[in-house]
Formats: sequence, C-alpha cells, structure tokens
Amino acid sequence: MKLFVLRRVLAMVPMLLGVSVLSFLLLQLSPGDPLSAQRGNPQVPDALIHRIETEYGFDKPVPEQYLLWLSRTVRGDLGYSFKYKRPVADVIRERVGATLLLAVFSSLLSWLLAVPLGVWAALRRGRWPDRLVSLTAFVGMSLPSFFLALLLLFAASVAPPIPGFGRFPIGGLVSPEFDQLSLAARVGDVLRHLLIPGLVLAVGGVAGLQRVTRGSMLETLRQPFVLAARARGLSQGSVLWRHAFRNAANPLITLLGFEFSALLSGAAFTEIITSWPGLGLVALEAVRAKDLFLVMATVLMGSFLLLAGNLISDILHAWNDPRVKLS
Amino acid sequence: MNRAVLRFRSVLSSNTPARISFWVLAALYLAAIFAPWLAPYAGDDDARACSWAPPSEIHLREADGSWHLPFVRAVSYTFDDDARRVWTEDSTCRFPLRLFRDGHLVGLGEAIATPGRRVSDPSPAGRLYLLGADARGRDLLSRILYGSRVSLTIGVVGVAISTLIALVVGGIAGFAGGWVDGALMRLCEVVMLVPAFYLLMLLRAALPLDWDSRVVYFYIILILSFLGWAGLARILRGMIQSLRQSDFLAASRALGLSPWRILWRHALPQTFGFLSVQATLSIPGYIVAESGLSLLGLGIQDPQTSWGNLLEEAMSIAEIRLHPWTLLPGLFLFAAVLSWNLLGDALRDAFDPRSLS
Amino acid sequence: MSALLAVDRLGVSFATPEGPLQAVDGISLSLERGSVLGLVGESGCGKSATASALCGLLPSGARTTGSARLSERELTSLSERGWRSVRGRRISMVFQDPMSSLNPLLSVGEHLVETLRTHHDLSGIAARTAAVDWLRRVGLPDPAARLASYPHELSGGMRQRVMIALALCPGPDLLVADEPTTALDVTIQAQILELLASLRRELGMTMIFITHDLGVVERVADRIAVMYAGRIAEEGPAERILVSPRHPYTRGLLDSVPGFRPRTGRLPSIPGAVPSPRDWPSGCRFHPRCPHADDTCRNGAPDVPGPEGGVACFHPVGAP
Repeated sequence: MKLFVLRRVLAMVPMLLGVSVLSFLLLQLSPGDPLSAQRGNPQVPDALIHRIETEYGFDKPVPEQYLLWLSRTVRGDLGYSFKYKRPVADVIRERVGATLLLAVFSSLLSWLLAVPLGVWAALRRGRWPDRLVSLTAFVGMSLPSFFLALLLLFAASVAPPIPGFGRFPIGGLVSPEFDQLSLAARVGDVLRHLLIPGLVLAVGGVAGLQRVTRGSMLETLRQPFVLAARARGLSQGSVLWRHAFRNAANPLITLLGFEFSALLSGAAFTEIITSWPGLGLVALEAVRAKDLFLVMATVLMGSFLLLAGNLISDILHAWNDPRVKLS
Repeated sequence: MNRAVLRFRSVLSSNTPARISFWVLAALYLAAIFAPWLAPYAGDDDARACSWAPPSEIHLREADGSWHLPFVRAVSYTFDDDARRVWTEDSTCRFPLRLFRDGHLVGLGEAIATPGRRVSDPSPAGRLYLLGADARGRDLLSRILYGSRVSLTIGVVGVAISTLIALVVGGIAGFAGGWVDGALMRLCEVVMLVPAFYLLMLLRAALPLDWDSRVVYFYIILILSFLGWAGLARILRGMIQSLRQSDFLAASRALGLSPWRILWRHALPQTFGFLSVQATLSIPGYIVAESGLSLLGLGIQDPQTSWGNLLEEAMSIAEIRLHPWTLLPGLFLFAAVLSWNLLGDALRDAFDPRSLS
Repeated sequence: MSALLAVDRLGVSFATPEGPLQAVDGISLSLERGSVLGLVGESGCGKSATASALCGLLPSGARTTGSARLSERELTSLSERGWRSVRGRRISMVFQDPMSSLNPLLSVGEHLVETLRTHHDLSGIAARTAAVDWLRRVGLPDPAARLASYPHELSGGMRQRVMIALALCPGPDLLVADEPTTALDVTIQAQILELLASLRRELGMTMIFITHDLGVVERVADRIAVMYAGRIAEEGPAERILVSPRHPYTRGLLDSVPGFRPRTGRLPSIPGAVPSPRDWPSGCRFHPRCPHADDTCRNGAPDVPGPEGGVACFHPVGAP
C-alpha cells in the first residue's frame, strides 16, 4: 500500500508539470505581461516592478521564462501577489484549508443524505418514495449552486434567530468576535458558518450519489450472495448493510473520484457567493486583479487537490474491496 | 435517421416529465425567438425615475368603484428615514393595458384621467413592470426575455463546438495511433485535470478584461467549448479504436464488404445516438457555466443581457432584501436546466443499447 | 418413526406481469431423519422453486399452497420473522454457484464467524476456533490459514467446501443442496459428493439433494423423486428407480444418459421439449412426449405419488 501511494504521488509530478505548461502558455495569450496592470498603479513602486521584471525574466523568451518560473516553484517560491502584497505561496496556504474543510464537510453531508435515500428508494422501488426521491434529486441537480446559495442567504437574512444557535451567519468563515471565543465556541462558530455553503454544495452532490446508490443497491440485492446470506439466517440489517451495501458501495467510491472535479468547481462558486475565504475566492480576485502569478498558483493547487482526491478515492476502493489490486 | 426520430417520439409519449420538459423548452426557446415582440420594452429602454420599481399593481376598479379593463398607474418614489424607497402611485390617471401595441404583444395605452381628477402636468409616464425594474428602471421581464436569447443558445452552440473539437481530436488520435495518439491523450488528461472553475478562471485571465461587447458572445463560447471537449475526445478515440480492432470489421472485410460502408451504415448511426445523448446531457452544464461566469462579472456584460448577467444584481444580500424580484432570472435558469436534464435523462434511457428493442 | 420433513400437496406460484405462474403443482414428499432424498428433474420442472419454498426464499409476490412441515412445524405460514428463526438453525441451503454465493468483500473467516455467532452464543475467539474446525471437517487443507482468504483467491471446489461449512455450522436439521456440483469440474464434483456422503455419515444429516444429473444422484441418495412439469412423476428407493424405473419419463432420462446402461447404437433422447409452465399439457403432462400415451393420459391426470412412493402414470412400464 505504501508503495502504491508513493508511486501515485510521484506520478502526480509530470501531470502537474503538464498543467503548469498549459497554464503558462495560455496566460501568455494575455495582452501585455503580468506586470502591465501594475505599471500604471501609482501605489506600486517602480523599483519593485523593475526587480520583479528582472527576477522573473519578462524580457526573456517564453521557454526560458517558464524554466525560471519552474525553478522558483520547486523551491517554494510561487511568485508575488500584487493584490495581497504577499508571496503567493502564503496566500495559497492560508486559503487552501478553508476549501478543504468545505469540500470534506459537504462530501460527508451529501453521503449522509444520499446513501439512506438511495437505499430507501431501492427497497421501495417503483413506489412513491422512489419516485419522490428521484424527482427531488433531479431538482437538486438542476438548481445551480449559486442560485441556491443566493436563496439560502436570502432566507438566512430574513430568518429570526434560533435559540441556542443564534442568527444564521450570512457569509464569511468566522464571526467578528472569533478571537475572543473559547476553543469549543470557535469550532461551533466555524461550523455555523460552514452550514450554508456546505449545504449548497451537498445538495448538488446528493442527486447523482443517490441515483447511483439506488441503482447499485438494486443490482447488488439481486446477487446470489445476498440470498445466501439470508438463507444462513442472518439479520435483515446485517444482510442489507454488511453484505449488500458494502458491495454496492464500489461504484459510489468511484463516483466520489469522478465528482471531485465538479465538487471543487462548485465549492469555488459557493465560496464566492457566501464569502467563504477559500481558494475559489482567491482565484476570482486574482483574475479580476490580473494577478497572474496567483492565477497560476490557484490553477495548480486546484489540479493538485483533484489528484489528491482521486488518490484518496482509490485508497478507499482498495480498503473496501480486497479484489482491487493496487498496481 | 427515421428510427432516431421515432425513438424520440416514443420517449416523449411514454415519459411524462420528459414530455413536460420538451414543451417547457419549446416555450422558452420560442419566447427567445419572439422576444422583441413579447417583451413590453426594448432591452435598453430605461427610465431612471422608476429605478428599482416593484412589479406593477394591476387594477380593475377605478377610484370611483367602476370596473374597467386592466390598467396600471404611474409610480414615483421618495426616500424614508432608513434610506429606503417608498413608492406611491399617481392617482390622477390610469394607463390601460393594450394588446398588440407598437409591435409588442403587450403595452400601455394613453393616459386616461381618473374621473373627477385632472391629469397632472407634466403628465406622468406610465410603465408596465410585470416583474419589477432594475437600477436603471429597465423592465426585468423584457430583459429576461432578451437575456434568454443568450443564455439558451450559448449552451447549444458551445456544446456543438465542443463536440466538433472532440470529434476531430478523438478521430485523429483514434485513427493515427502511435505517438500522435499518445500526445493527444496526454493533452486531454492535462486539460481534464484542472477543475472546471479554475479552467474558466485561467481562460478568462488569458483574455482581456474589457471587451468589445460584440465579441463577448463569441469569446464566451470559445471558453465554454474548451471545457468539455477533452473527456468526449477520449471516449470517441476509444470507440474508434475498438471499432478498428473489432472482429466485426474483420469479418465484414472477409465477406468482401468495404469497411467504409460498414462504418457509415452501422458505426456512425450508433455514435450519432451516443453523441446526441451526450450533447443533451451537457447543455445544462454549459448554460450554468455561462451564467456563473456572467454572474461573476467575467462573462456577458452590460448592455448585453443574459440570465447570469441579470443575477449579478442579486449578488448583494442587502439588494435582494430590498428588491427580491432580482432573483427571478434564477427561476428561469432553473426551469431551463431542469427541463434539459429531464429530457436528456429520458433520451439516455431510450438510446441505451441495453434497452434496445 | 415420524418424518422430519412432511410435504403435502405443496404448490408454488410466482407473480409475473402476465399473471400468476404456477411453478410447483401439488407435490408430496416425506423425509425420514438421517436420509437423503434426491430430487431430480430438468430445468423448468420446479425443483429450484421447491428448494426456495422450503427455505422461505421465494421472491415477493410468490404464493404457496399446501403444506410443508418440519418436525411438525408448518413452514408455509411463516412470516419473515418466523423464517429467521428457521433459516440456518433448522433448514440450511447450499447453492449452485459458490463464486457468486459468497460475499466477495469478506474473508472465509469473516463469513464463518458471522454465521457462527449469529446462531450460537460464542465469543470471537471461540468462533474462530470453531470456524477452523469446520474448515477442517469439510476437507480444506491448512484451515487456519484459509480463514484469511477471500473467495476470489480460492478454487471452485474449495469455495463449495466453504459453502457447505457455512450451511452446516449452525447445526440445521435439514440441508437443502440445490445443484451443488453443477458448476464444478467433474473431478471436483466427485470430491464434493464424497464430502457430502462422509458428512452425512458423520453428522447423521438429513438432506434433499437437487440435481438434473442422474449420475450424481445415485451416489448420495437413499430415495429419489423425479419431477416433471411441476409434479412428481415417480418416487421411491434410489436403487429401484435407477434399476427399474416405472415412469416413461424416468426411463427416458436414464436411457439418454450415456454410460448408465449398457447399449449399442444411437443414444436415445426424449422427443420434444420440456413444456414451460404457461403451456402445461392437459391430463398427464408428459403425454405429448410419451410413446405409450393414449386418451386416458390426455384427459385425466394420474394420481401423484404419496409420501410412500409410487408412480404418476396410467401405464407404468415394467422392468426391461
């Protein structure tokens, strides 16, 4: 297993290199150079501009520029962000955590919602619960995440405070008084803020997940080993979950891997609408500010997260199914 | 081809959600085509005095209790202590609703004085805001109708171009094989490695921020089509490869039949079915992508309209609370996406080779 | 001696979109404790439906008529909850395809321990010891190591041995084996049959052995019941049935098995095909394919054999 993980991590390198080449070339299409936006900015001192020019070699041919960029990146220097006035690496590091938190939370939430719904629909196949769940899933899938986010934020803003919960936070990661709170209260504060963005993302994911669960369960329940388990006198719960569902889970885990790309995209949009300070928000601001180093870095980070997500999904696969050979 | 049409019709007749979706889409697209006629106002017809006007109240009874055909009154606003607009109707006259007025389906007639009152001077302007107005006093319904032209078509055109690119790339890779195949597939993998949002940001950053409004539409289509071609190209290349290696091709050669003829009469129709289902399923994603881009201010911009562009005004919660009707374009968006999804799903089940009868 | 299993005019019908389909049409059987009944018939005769009915594994929508009693306990009226106290503990089943009958995600040990702990009050360690014991008993080499193996790592014969261990470890009174050797290679078949025979001796097992293969059944069965088109055509002691069959169908079956009886010339086969439950012929269901059929056969159904055996035929054949 360790060897497998190591090999996959090493395989990430050429892929990320490919992404960096692609991004670099695309960004070359941008008129002017990465500094043209800053040149006209009176707040940015000329000395700084000149230093960056020479350091990053904007006067040199493209392949050389790329190699310069690459050599700096391997050393951890992702460039300088004019918008945030800090090294890009710092900005990314601060924001990645929030995106990860959102992605993990909403994934868990969508599984918690989708799996019981899918199993329930499979057991009541053809009857009204099945149809209802299916229709709700479609609605959830068709509702654009940003629209849902807007609706939920609107509802939250007009909703009265709930006793014990306080007002629904409308955006952001933490409340203004975060620093004065105890550790437990801080965790609670973050979770309260996580609720709306997490829910928005989860709703989008539940639809597909529920359908696959239902289909996979129907398929699995037909298998002889399920019948054999019943024939041995095992309890209904045991047959349903330990035998049927664990086998039905394989396509779900695969789906997790596939959907991770959509999850990261949806997360970015949701972050922007709900002002959740994650990677997506940074990417948008980078584009608006023409902060091209930052754009490159966010693209790379996004791709890295996707690769990591796929790796985790493969590991989960191997953990669940002994037939999977990690090669 | 006939068989495909027949299959399509049988899908519609048996699947109720799909049938409803088909008619909803038909209505939406027809409304887009006839937008100039259906919309009470032109897209840029603004009236600052009616900035953020709420949906017009349609009255049937006059001040004296008499019944009339539906009419509206002119509105004006003042600010209250909380700096909010307070709207009052001008009760000196009424503006009746008229059909087929000035080349529009619905419009307002001339002001008619309220019995016992005199029309104030200067005469107020009556505006019909069926769904409310925006900051510049432009009718939201009209803008939604004009916006539908962009939102509904950009998806279809984008998918078409994507599919074309995928066919070319997948075709070359599948037929050429060797290092060409390898290189193209690596390219696809790299493109697929970047999550859609970040890819959008990347592409957007590569293009100038301030656009000539005429080229915006085409630039957006270009960006969107870059999103989906990679995955499809890989699938098509796989299909072509398996076709080349298939026994069925070798067998037909052994029987003396030309492989091209086989391709044309058998392989292509199957691919066609698959592609049309894929396309239908992809369209909603493109529609949402364009809306998302425009919502962030990186897509269609004023004076052009799209539903995403219209939703940009709803991005502030404070604004939504004051003018909730700004969320309405989202409903249209939802309806279009839901309908495409239901239709595509029904088509996929119909074209599923396992359910071929 | 009262019978362990008493089946009286059992009928099974399935629910289909075109209406109920009768798969088993009034069969009667009797099984003494410690004996083995071979239930023989071609596919479509209803033998698998009978097996499912005896384990309460019929699909929803299926209906049973008649009675089946295990030690005086009526099985046909059991609810799902009632069945859960019967399955495994009283009646156990061995299935045809051992690969698909084992959960691919669980190891052999996990399968056995789960079943053992469900039916017996055992600690984890005691269950593992018992599991190793059972694996040894079914002839698996190196049983302790096999606990950690997964189904896909085992050969077909080994998997079937595991299945047999799984079926027997709750200690059932009756074992229903539904075509347990059909999916196996011929040499492995012989081993599994030998295993079943020795287990039967060792544990005093009562067993219903379902198969379409007469060559297989002669090695295990004390009595044989031949099924055709949902009914029992002939029932009796195994030796009698195999040496001097009375029903034309049984004769046809035996004649068409190569090597069973000495012969020369062409291999005879029964003309026609097994009718599907939708088109069961009137009267004696075998009459369209029977060389001795006449009007009596077409118009009236012969008496089905009772628990003591007999032939369902108007013109049973004498010894050749």
